[in-house]
Amino acid sequence: MNPLIPLLVVIPLAGAFLIMILGRFIRNFNKILASVVLLLLAIISFYFLFNTGDKISVYKVGGWEAVNSIPIGIYMVVDGFTAIILCIINLIGFLSVFYSISYIAKYTSEDFFYALFCLMIAGMNGVVASGDIFNIFVFLEISSISSYALVAFGVEKQQLEASFKYQVLGGLASFLILFAIGFLYWRTKTLNIADIRTVLGSGGDRKFYLMAEIMLLTGFGLKAAIMPFHAWLPDAHSSAPSPISAMLSGVLIKAVGIYVIIRLFFNMFVISEEMAVLITALGTISMVIGVFLAIGQWDIKRLLAYHSISQMGYVVMSVGIGMILMSRGIRHEVATLAVAGGIFHLINHAAFKGLLFLNAGAIEYSTGTRDLKEMGGLAKSMPVTSATSFVASLSISGIPPFNGFFSKLIIIIAAVMAHFYLLAALAGIVSIITLASFLKFQRYAFYNKEPDKEKKEIREVPFPMLFSMIVLSIICLLLSLLVFPGIRETILTPATDILTDPSKYSTYIIGL
Amino acid sequence: MIVYWLCFILFLVGLYGVITRRNLIKIAISLSIMEFSTFLFFALVGYFEGGVAPIVDPADPVKLYVDPLPQALVLTAIVIGLATTALLMAVIIRIYRKYGSLDIREIKNLRG
Repeated sequence: MNPLIPLLVVIPLAGAFLIMILGRFIRNFNKILASVVLLLLAIISFYFLFNTGDKISVYKVGGWEAVNSIPIGIYMVVDGFTAIILCIINLIGFLSVFYSISYIAKYTSEDFFYALFCLMIAGMNGVVASGDIFNIFVFLEISSISSYALVAFGVEKQQLEASFKYQVLGGLASFLILFAIGFLYWRTKTLNIADIRTVLGSGGDRKFYLMAEIMLLTGFGLKAAIMPFHAWLPDAHSSAPSPISAMLSGVLIKAVGIYVIIRLFFNMFVISEEMAVLITALGTISMVIGVFLAIGQWDIKRLLAYHSISQMGYVVMSVGIGMILMSRGIRHEVATLAVAGGIFHLINHAAFKGLLFLNAGAIEYSTGTRDLKEMGGLAKSMPVTSATSFVASLSISGIPPFNGFFSKLIIIIAAVMAHFYLLAALAGIVSIITLASFLKFQRYAFYNKEPDKEKKEIREVPFPMLFSMIVLSIICLLLSLLVFPGIRETILTPATDILTDPSKYSTYIIGL
Repeated sequence: MIVYWLCFILFLVGLYGVITRRNLIKIAISLSIMEFSTFLFFALVGYFEGGVAPIVDPADPVKLYVDPLPQALVLTAIVIGLATTALLMAVIIRIYRKYGSLDIREIKNLRG
């Protein structure tokens, strides 16, 4: 029993509640409380990251012990993989809130913004720390509903339309997920992930579980915006206020989409080759088509949103390669490498895509436009934004020594070692197209001549926004250290171990 | 078994509505149909032929009880569904004020 785990959900929920109650009486209460809440959560998650290691810590809500080694209560689980995602959520969340202090001042009803933000964080932490599938659904809905509201926060025509689209597709995904949970409960009579694993491991009707797997993949694929289900993402991510775009693109699609897919397909279902091939194919398709859709965009935030689809494709493809190898039961070390590459790219993407969206927000804040054709020459007037976005652009395009290079390199090496030469080549080509697309972004936004029309004075953005961007760009550099032995063993290896060892997770939790 | 299939068909009816309807309110109604077919499925999962209410009777330990857990799950899911529907309706009302129409063909600012 680790009493810190429920705090991950309790603190942000309490924060949201207090902001709504006291925010109207005390000046600046909302900003301060939200920042403090997120800072506390970030500290707790880093504590987990450095103390979890190979251990799995479990909190049984209500103290209900297992009966005949069948878990009956709600379990909250933190292991190596969870700890990494928790760090991403809470660190990017803290920087986004700090950034919002200046950015969101132009909107009315700031209380609602900070309260919804805390609710979204509570939902995501809950999804990640939850040990049973129904609670994943409940927390998923908390984070989704607050993100629907945050996308519509500007209440202009575009925001409302994007939010409507997002809500319809998100609702569809939620009901598919709920249906699949019902399906699984029907046969296994349990909701605990580890317990379902032991039931599935003892055999059963393969076709029946395949149906549940497909429904879960579709549902969480919609949440993660994998290619055939991506239609809502560019609209929703480009219409939201910029700190929220950074959260949605940098964190939400990972925490409630990719994380749950990886967790369920590695630790809950018995890995089957057909699902592994399907997941790899979906990942490859979104990687390739996402970048082609991105390159023609002139709206900065839409361009970044399409790149999110493409980069998530890398993660899904790499994890899928690991799954294929594991389902064949061969070359375990290559499978481990592929999964490690996927997780590493997940972490890196959170850092650089969060930073890019914050940059886009800074540009919009200063110039009032998101159209690349109307910008130019910003490198002189906004030096810090220019420098940090340069770092982020190099990271996402995979230029050494930034983090994106190492994770893409690991993914490509793993694909070559697994003899998927076509996938390795595609990953390389997509990376080059990404570079081209970001050179366009850099050139039109920062280095071209200013357009010849009367210009209002463009100034650098205020300190809170600068602080978040600078910290994130430093993180982009520091994350490259994760590949080196010594640091890799403490952070990446526990996460890959828990995923690639098929029964470690379930045997540990059942044995408790 | 037929009742499970009917339940799944209800789900597909809702899905058909979401895909084909052009009116925003009707899309919201179709989503609700999907939602409630899922709840119905959960309620069915917990039911056994000949089961009784799960109140343990020490005199007769071999009674067949229905499964109470899905009912608890459905209650939770209904509350969540209420929140989703309320937010969707709020956004639809705002859209109607801005665009003056509920037809999805006239609401297409976002493209590409």
